[in-house]
Amino acid sequence: MLLEDKDRIFRNIYGLHDSGLKGALKRGSWDGTKFFIDKGHDWIIHEVKTSGLRGRGGAGFPTGLKWSFMPKADPRPSYLVINADESEPGSCKDREIMRNDPHLLIEGALLAAFAMRAHTCYIYIRGEFIRERERLQRAVDEAYAAKLIGKNNVHGWDFDLYLAHGAGAYICGEETALLESLEGRKGQPRLKPPFPANVGLYGAPTTINNVESIAVVPDILRRGGNWFAALGLPNNTGTKLFQISGHVNRPCVVEEEMGIPLRQLIDEHCGGVRGGWNNLMAVIPGGSSMPLIPADLCETLTMDFDSLTKLKSGMGTAAIIVLDKSADVVKAIARIAYFYKHESCGQCTPCREGTGWMWRVLERMARGEAEKSEIDKLFDVSKQIEGHTICALGDAAAWPVQGLIRHFRPEIEARIDAYQAAHKEAAQ
Amino acid sequence: MPKDLIIDGKAITVEDGITLLQACELAGAEIPRFCYHERLSIAGNCRMCLVEVQGSPKPIASCAMGVNDLPPNRDNTPKVISTRSATVKKAREGVMEFLLINHPLDCPICDQGGECDLQDQSMGYGAGGSRFAENKRAVEEKYLGPLIKTSMNRCIHCTRCVRFMTEIAGVEELGAIGRGEDMEITTYLERGILSEMSANVNDLCPVGALTHRPWAHNARPWELRKTESIDVMDAVGSAIRIDCRGREVMRILPRNNDAVNEEWISDKTRHVADGLRTQRLDQPYVRKDGRLVPATWEDALAAVAERIGATKPDRMAAIAGPLAGAEEMFALKDLFGRLGASNIDCREDGAKIDPGVGRAGYLFNATIAGIESADVILLIGTNPRIEAAVLNVRIRKRWRQGGLTVGVIGEQADIGYPYDYLGAGGQTLRELADGKHAFAEKLAAAQAPLVIVGAAALARADGRAVLAAAARIAKAASAGKDASVACFNVLHTAASRVAGLDLGFVPKKPATTGVANIVAAAEGGELDVLFLLGSDDIDTARLGKTFVVYQGSHGDAGAHRADVIFPAAAYPEKSATYVNTEGRAQMTARAAFPPGDAREDWTIIRALSPLVGQTLPYDSLPALRAAMYKVAPQLAALDRVTPSSGDALDALAGSKGAVKDEPFSSAVTDFYLTNPIARASAVMAEMSALKAAAGKAKAGLSAAE
Repeated sequence: MLLEDKDRIFRNIYGLHDSGLKGALKRGSWDGTKFFIDKGHDWIIHEVKTSGLRGRGGAGFPTGLKWSFMPKADPRPSYLVINADESEPGSCKDREIMRNDPHLLIEGALLAAFAMRAHTCYIYIRGEFIRERERLQRAVDEAYAAKLIGKNNVHGWDFDLYLAHGAGAYICGEETALLESLEGRKGQPRLKPPFPANVGLYGAPTTINNVESIAVVPDILRRGGNWFAALGLPNNTGTKLFQISGHVNRPCVVEEEMGIPLRQLIDEHCGGVRGGWNNLMAVIPGGSSMPLIPADLCETLTMDFDSLTKLKSGMGTAAIIVLDKSADVVKAIARIAYFYKHESCGQCTPCREGTGWMWRVLERMARGEAEKSEIDKLFDVSKQIEGHTICALGDAAAWPVQGLIRHFRPEIEARIDAYQAAHKEAAQ
Repeated sequence: MPKDLIIDGKAITVEDGITLLQACELAGAEIPRFCYHERLSIAGNCRMCLVEVQGSPKPIASCAMGVNDLPPNRDNTPKVISTRSATVKKAREGVMEFLLINHPLDCPICDQGGECDLQDQSMGYGAGGSRFAENKRAVEEKYLGPLIKTSMNRCIHCTRCVRFMTEIAGVEELGAIGRGEDMEITTYLERGILSEMSANVNDLCPVGALTHRPWAHNARPWELRKTESIDVMDAVGSAIRIDCRGREVMRILPRNNDAVNEEWISDKTRHVADGLRTQRLDQPYVRKDGRLVPATWEDALAAVAERIGATKPDRMAAIAGPLAGAEEMFALKDLFGRLGASNIDCREDGAKIDPGVGRAGYLFNATIAGIESADVILLIGTNPRIEAAVLNVRIRKRWRQGGLTVGVIGEQADIGYPYDYLGAGGQTLRELADGKHAFAEKLAAAQAPLVIVGAAALARADGRAVLAAAARIAKAASAGKDASVACFNVLHTAASRVAGLDLGFVPKKPATTGVANIVAAAEGGELDVLFLLGSDDIDTARLGKTFVVYQGSHGDAGAHRADVIFPAAAYPEKSATYVNTEGRAQMTARAAFPPGDAREDWTIIRALSPLVGQTLPYDSLPALRAAMYKVAPQLAALDRVTPSSGDALDALAGSKGAVKDEPFSSAVTDFYLTNPIARASAVMAEMSALKAAAGKAKAGLSAAE
């Protein structure tokens, strides 16, 4: 059963209506915000905890719990930073929110900041999102003009919101690299500990949340945490923006309940896989960094954090990339490996050196120009990167390669055989 | 709160606040590392120091993990850490493999070979063969100036060099551009680095990416004989190691001495080495018919003895230069004393210091390590960045810790940290001494104020008044505080100065007479013999017809004017005592022999003494030292600072004289060319020219604006 319209949070995700303040008010934004603030910091955190909301940026850490890590009495200012550096290949949900429903984000930012006793929020927007930034800035200006945010606003909690424009580096979506970039330095992840909740932006307590995590907060408060928790599956609650791209008939961004079967999602919203379900080869379920899942496992797959983790993959940002049988899966993963090689910040050794190595080997494998023993070597190299780096980019680079080898080893071997057969004479 | 840990099965209690890497070392485990360095900030990027921590799914970079940050076990048992498990071994081997895949296999032609961290650690963690079938990365060379040779293919991106330049040297000239495997260390516009401390990055570089250009491909570390010694390029007395091959000094490296130079040395200290090979005086000369002609030792000594024998004691004088050791100054003073001559001076620059008031009146009483507890520093007429680069690093280190205010009276120069500029000249100093300047309140409010007065300020005509004013400021600032003597500090620039003052190598009335009088007397024909003990920075053109004896190592200004030249040993070629600006006596060791017929300084004076009828009663260095220690017992206390009484400050503060308005300047105008050895060095000349050109370019730029 698909999500009912009454349970939809993103009511203008397709931009069919006014994205400005007037339209947002019509859709229920900024309704009762003062009432929630009057209930106090802890009430909001409690409601978000009740909702079971897990971070929408990819890692799926419980948002309410994350907020509760912020110090309650600290002489330093607290900051809320919203990560709008949406750069994961396949992901395109945050840009739709900022384009079409920016007031959800701004209202959510005020509520989240209040919950964490922050008076300042920075939204770090990906460099390429120029129109999105303009839309969002317009919405922020409207909110300031209407005294919804700013100093002495109608809600009684001084709140300033600034937009910061990135320069298009994928690594700046990593929360601590984002803070470095925000402070004006080269985007390189910081060592943890200390964690941002303790020492974050400008050395002050900071929480970094994904755009979607923040944008759903007003509706959770308006309808109650229990409403959100009742949607989806246990421990994987609520609704989620799924982004389906690749070999489907109608690629789309759609809000659905967590735990929706993959096949239903593709068939109902995307017009099915190109050439029919049987033409499916694999899906990359959560943005390019998640290991792919071959077609035979897709039949019964439900889209939620836990079931995808069980398959040694992950929900990520729920950016589903569909590959049909016409796709060159080795070449596709080689292209992803190139992306991570190109976006590695270069700070720590395994990622700096390993991503390039994996890409070069994969490029050869895509042509079949390799030895079969190199498949195990490649897997070993990916394991040498995974878990040994400062940030998760190393893991993100290693996982797709591991997924490929786990599920498509015969394909690679066949290619190597074909290449060697074709070059036999030359070799002799 | 101390923390209990179990490291490799060994229970250990460690202090709060240290890193896991340090804890592992305390437990006796060896942790490999490339990016981690005790004196730099933690980067955590090489990933070589991974260890396994109980309860953590991934291995942890031990350099970046504080023991306090380890989450406690639920049952409060100590954390179990393994540095030798299979996981750790595999992880480190993985990191080592990654470091090596793009590292060229050029160890046989690499200058770092034999002292390379990567080479050493690959013995422990490297695989026998390579699995890397692709092409290795090629990186363009960078130009980082005459001191730093780059071979950027070898760079492992540990960023030690970047952190050193930014944090320690205070010059943000190095950085990393590019991303991922294309990241490159560079100065961006590839200008030469202009920090006085820049060559330390070559020591820090764990591989052969940055090596020393001046001695590139000259020697292998294992063929060098290493001698631990003391530097004399400034009055800091940095600990150095002199590496020789045969008779030749091949290179000079820093040694660790936490009390003085930590583990840094200035570029001059290090790269003056080539100056030891050129312009050397390797045989005696005697001037005949206006020309210096080579002579035997007998002839040269006889010529001088004859001249001294024919001269009345009050028409003789001696000046000791900046590199003279205590032993030769003592011997020369002794000889002059026996001859009845008292016109001797070690204050070559004309500093108005009277050693009679007491040692505290001319020492850096706070000690260099003591800078780290200061909270307000007043610099009077000194630019420590070029006068004592290593000491300036200590001030910068203190500044980085926060809560340090620095005030400057004198030149408005870039000294590597921000300061309050109080004024250029004497007027400001007078206001401060009278307590009328706002900065006086900051000094009074400070817990541990330091007043540092530079050598040039004391060499002015009103030097005594400057000294008195500084003493008054120090007394007022330190009133009622602990260690009030430590508030008053003199920053010397000559390595010989403090020992000379300790030995009383000054005229009878040091307050009113000095080098200026000696030069004036020579010009006026009232002086017959002038003995220059390595003194070149006096006005040698004004010495008139005086018979000049020059004893020294290099053919510089003094030797050009001399009538007789005694070739002597340079500092790596003799064992001599030097007292640094803190009053710390330190002894150099002989690393090589002097060239040709040159001899150790004290033996020359000893050889001269019987010829003038006053045989000095010591035939060996120990015997000389025994006599010297009777005069100045503090010279026997090697490597220690003997505390001095504060009476000297009271005497100084009470002395009269008016500070004139003229602006203060630094004692050093060209950092790279301060003494005869440095002036003989081609490397120093190149650096000096580079700096001058950069200065001109900067001036042109601001003029264009």
